[in-house]
Amino acid sequence: MNVPSSASAQPQMVVVGAGPAGVRAAQTLLRHGVRPVIIDEAPLPGGQIYRQSLVPRGSARQRYGFEHKRAAALHAAGAQLRGQADYRARTAVWNATPGHLDLVRDGDLDGLRYSHLLIATGATDRVLPFPGWTLPGVFSLGGAQIALKGQHCLLGPRIVFAGTGPLLYLVAYQYARAGGQVQAVLDSAPLAAQASALPALLNQPGTLAKGLYYLGWLRAHGVPVHHSANLLATHGTSRVDGVRARIGGAERDFACDALAVGHGLRAETQLADLLDCAFDFDVAQRAWLPQRDADGRSTVAGVYLAGDGAGIGGAMLAELSGERSALAMLADCGIRVDAPRLRWLARRQAALARFRQGLDRAFPLPGTDAGCDDGVMVCRCEEVRAGELRAAARQYAVDDLNRLKALTRIGMGLCQGRMCQSGAAELLADCRRIPLSAVGRMRGQAPVKPLPFAVLGKDPS
Amino acid sequence: MTLLHTDVAVIGAGLVGASAALALRRAGVATVLIERGLCGARASGVNFGGVRRQGRNIEQLYLAQRAHGIWARLPELIGTDAEYVRTGHLKLARSQADLDKLVAYRDKVRDFDLGLDILDRAALRRRFPALAPDIVGGSLCPEDGQANPRLVAPAFAHAAARAGALLLEDCAIAHADTQAEDFLLTAADGRQIRAGTVINAAGAWGAVVAGWFGDVLPLHVKYPTMLVTEPLTRQIGVSLGVEGGGFYARQVARGNFVMGGGYGHALPGDRSRPGPAALAELGRTAPAILPALARASIIRCWSGIEGYFADKNPVIGFSARVPRLLHAFGFSGGGFQIAPAVGETLADMALDRGRLLMADRFSPKRWTR
Amino acid sequence: MTALLRRVAPLAGPALRLTWNGQPIAAQPGDTVLTALLLAGDRLRTTLGAGAPRAGFCLMGACQDCWVHLSSGQRVRACSTLAEDGMALVDTLPGECP
Repeated sequence: MNVPSSASAQPQMVVVGAGPAGVRAAQTLLRHGVRPVIIDEAPLPGGQIYRQSLVPRGSARQRYGFEHKRAAALHAAGAQLRGQADYRARTAVWNATPGHLDLVRDGDLDGLRYSHLLIATGATDRVLPFPGWTLPGVFSLGGAQIALKGQHCLLGPRIVFAGTGPLLYLVAYQYARAGGQVQAVLDSAPLAAQASALPALLNQPGTLAKGLYYLGWLRAHGVPVHHSANLLATHGTSRVDGVRARIGGAERDFACDALAVGHGLRAETQLADLLDCAFDFDVAQRAWLPQRDADGRSTVAGVYLAGDGAGIGGAMLAELSGERSALAMLADCGIRVDAPRLRWLARRQAALARFRQGLDRAFPLPGTDAGCDDGVMVCRCEEVRAGELRAAARQYAVDDLNRLKALTRIGMGLCQGRMCQSGAAELLADCRRIPLSAVGRMRGQAPVKPLPFAVLGKDPS
Repeated sequence: MTLLHTDVAVIGAGLVGASAALALRRAGVATVLIERGLCGARASGVNFGGVRRQGRNIEQLYLAQRAHGIWARLPELIGTDAEYVRTGHLKLARSQADLDKLVAYRDKVRDFDLGLDILDRAALRRRFPALAPDIVGGSLCPEDGQANPRLVAPAFAHAAARAGALLLEDCAIAHADTQAEDFLLTAADGRQIRAGTVINAAGAWGAVVAGWFGDVLPLHVKYPTMLVTEPLTRQIGVSLGVEGGGFYARQVARGNFVMGGGYGHALPGDRSRPGPAALAELGRTAPAILPALARASIIRCWSGIEGYFADKNPVIGFSARVPRLLHAFGFSGGGFQIAPAVGETLADMALDRGRLLMADRFSPKRWTR
Repeated sequence: MTALLRRVAPLAGPALRLTWNGQPIAAQPGDTVLTALLLAGDRLRTTLGAGAPRAGFCLMGACQDCWVHLSSGQRVRACSTLAEDGMALVDTLPGECP
C-alpha cells in the first residue's frame, strides 16, 4: 500500500488544479465514495483551455470553437464538484511539505493536511527570449487566447502570431474568425517536419482534421502562413510596431501592433519540485518533468501527477490521466476500482500518446540558437541580459543552471523562472557546449507565487 | 588513482577556506582547496550579505578591522567588488533599555574606531523617514556595509585558483588519515591528497570534519530563515539590525528587500527549509519596522545552514591533539564580514609567522578547562 | 496612441468608472484590471531597473509582469484582479525615501 507513514488514520485526498485533469480526478474520487478537497486558483473550474469567466461573453462556440461540447461537459462535471466536494476556488497553494499544503485565499492563510495528493497544475506557454520580447504589445499565445476567450477582446489591431505548436494555429484562427487583423502566422517548424509527422498524427484523425482545417481556413482567408520562420526581433521603442523574421534564407519585416508568441507549453512543476519528486529530462519537450509511472504515481509516496502539469499532452490526455491517477490513488488506499476501465484508459492514453509524439515531430521545439544577442533581456523580472549570463558562465565555469541563478539572479525574480528558465537553460547549454540535459533545472522555493506581507503576518484567527 | 602532494589542504571552499587558500598562494604555499559541492554555495553564498563590524564580541573586532581593510581592496584582490558598498549599518533600539545597551556597546568598543553614532528618535525620523516612527533610537556605523554573498566566495576561490591553488569541486572526502609526517585525505572518487597541514574550514560541517581526526567540538547547527521581496522604490540605504537580534534587513540596489530572522529546520540530504513560525514573525516584524513593506510581497524564502558555538565565537586555532590540524569554523551567524581576515590569519598561523590576537577566546581548547 | 486591446463587440450596460493615473477610464463588469487599462492605453508600468515599459505578457498570473498599484498603496496583479467601480489605479506610488 502506497501510503506515507506519517498519514493519520483517516485518508485525506486533495486535488490541486481544476482543469481537465483535476476535474476528472475529483469526479472519479467522488464516484468511489470519497469526498476530496479540490483547490483551484480561478473562480470557476476549467483550467486554461476551458477557462470560464464569471461574466461570460460571446457564445460557447466562439469561446471554445470545435471543443465547445467537451468544454461544456467538463464545466458540468466541475459544477457538480462544487456542490459535492470540498471545492476551494480562488485558492492558491503557495507551499507544500510532506503531508501538508499552505494555502492562501482572499488574503488569508490556511493549512491543509493531505494523505494523498494529486497535482494537476497545468502549464503555461514555453517562451524563448528574443530582442524586444518585453515590449508592450508582445504577449504569449496563451495570453492572446485568454484576451479573446476570457475577456472577449482582441490584441492588435494588427497582430502577428509566431512560434510553433498546435496552439499557434488555433489562436491565429480564433483571432481571424473574431475579426482580428492577422498579418501573418510564423511557424518555426519546417513543412517537412509536419509532413513526416502525418502517420503519427493519423492516430487522432479528428484532431488532425481540425488542425488542417485551421491551417486551410487561414490560407483561404488570405493570412500568410510561413514555415521555417524564425523570429529575429521586434521593431518599436515604447511598443511593438513590427517584427522581423527569417523565412527560409531571407529576412522579412511585418508591420503589426501586437505579437503573440509561444513555442509549445511548459509544465508547472513547482509543487512536485517542493515535494522532492524525482525529475527526468524529456528530450522532445526539452524540459525536466516529474517522474511518474503509467498510473501517475510520482516517486514520493502519496503524491500523484496528472495532466499538463506533469508533461504536455493536451486536454483529452489530461482528462484520461486525471481519472487514471485517481483510480491509482483509490487502489492504493485499498478501494476497489474497475480493472476494465483502467485497461480502457490505458489504451486510450497510448493512442493519444502516439498522436502527441506526432505533434512533437510536427512542431519541433527550437532551442535558443547562438544568435540570441548579448543585449537580449532573458530574465524579464530581474532584467538580466544574455551577455551577463554568458560572462558569468565563462568566468566561473558554470555548467549548472542553479549555479547560474545564484551568480546572476536569473530566475530569482517575481515569476521565479517561469518565463526565463527555458531560454536560460538553452543559452547556458549553447554557451558551454554541453547537452541541454546536462545543465539541470532551477530548483524552486516557496512561495510558489508572490505572497503579500500583509497576508503572511496576519494573526491567525 | 591520483595522489596529490601539497603543503596545505583546505577542507571547505566557503569564504573562510577560499580566502585562506588565496592568502596561502600569495605566500607561495602549495595549496589544495577541497569542496564537496560548488565553492561558496553554502552559508557563504546564501547568508544575509551584511558586511558588519558593529555588534560583534569585542574580541572579534581585531579581525573585523583587518577584514574592513580587505573588503575595500576586493577588486584588486579577487577581480570584482562583488557589489560591496559601505552603505552604513543601523542597529535599532525598540525600547529605552535597548538604546542603553547600544550606548554601552559604543562606549565599550570606543578604542576600535568604528565611528558609532547614537541617534535618538528625532534624528531617526529626520534621516531615515522610511522607518516606523515609534522606534526609540539606533546606533549607526557609517562604514559598515553590504555585498552580494553569492559572488564573494566563488570569486575568492577562483582568485585562489588563478594564483595557483588547486580547486577541487564535487570532491567529498571519504576518509582522513593522520600519519606520522602528514595527512592523507581520500576522496569519494578515489583521488588522494597528502598534505603537511590541514585547515578545517568546513562551516556547519566543521565538527563532523573535526571528528574525523578525533576532535570533539560543541557545535550547534541552526537554519537561519531568510526572504526577499520584489523590487520596491528606494526606501532606505543603510542595512538594518535590531538590538537583541532576530531581525535584519537591507534593500539591494535593484530595490528588493532581503531580510531574515528566526530559524527553520533541517531536511534530509544536508538541506534546510525556512521555519513557518519564523516567516510569520517576519511578516509581522518587518512592516512594523518598515511600514512600506505592508504593501510588499515576498517572492522567495530560503534557509541557510550555519554552525554556532554558545559563546558566539568561532574556533580558530590548532587542534589540541593533532599537530598541524587547524580549525576555523562555527562563525555563529557572523562569518561573512570577518572571513577574509580569518583567511589571512590562517595563512599566518599555518606559516607560523603571525599570531591571532586574543587567541584563547577562539581556541578549540576553551571547553576543556 | 493605439490601445493594445479592443473589444470584439461592444458591451451594453452601465460602465464601471475607474481612474488610471488620475485619468478617468471605463470598464464593464467582468473586465480584469488589465483589460480595462489596455483598452485605454498601451502600458501598465515601467521597470525599476532599466526604466523599460511593460504591458503584461501571459494574462494568466504566471509572468508577474502586470502588477500595478491602487492609490492606497496596495499592489494588484492586473490580469487576475477584476475591475471594480471606483478603483483608483496608478503605475507608480508617490514619493521616494533616501
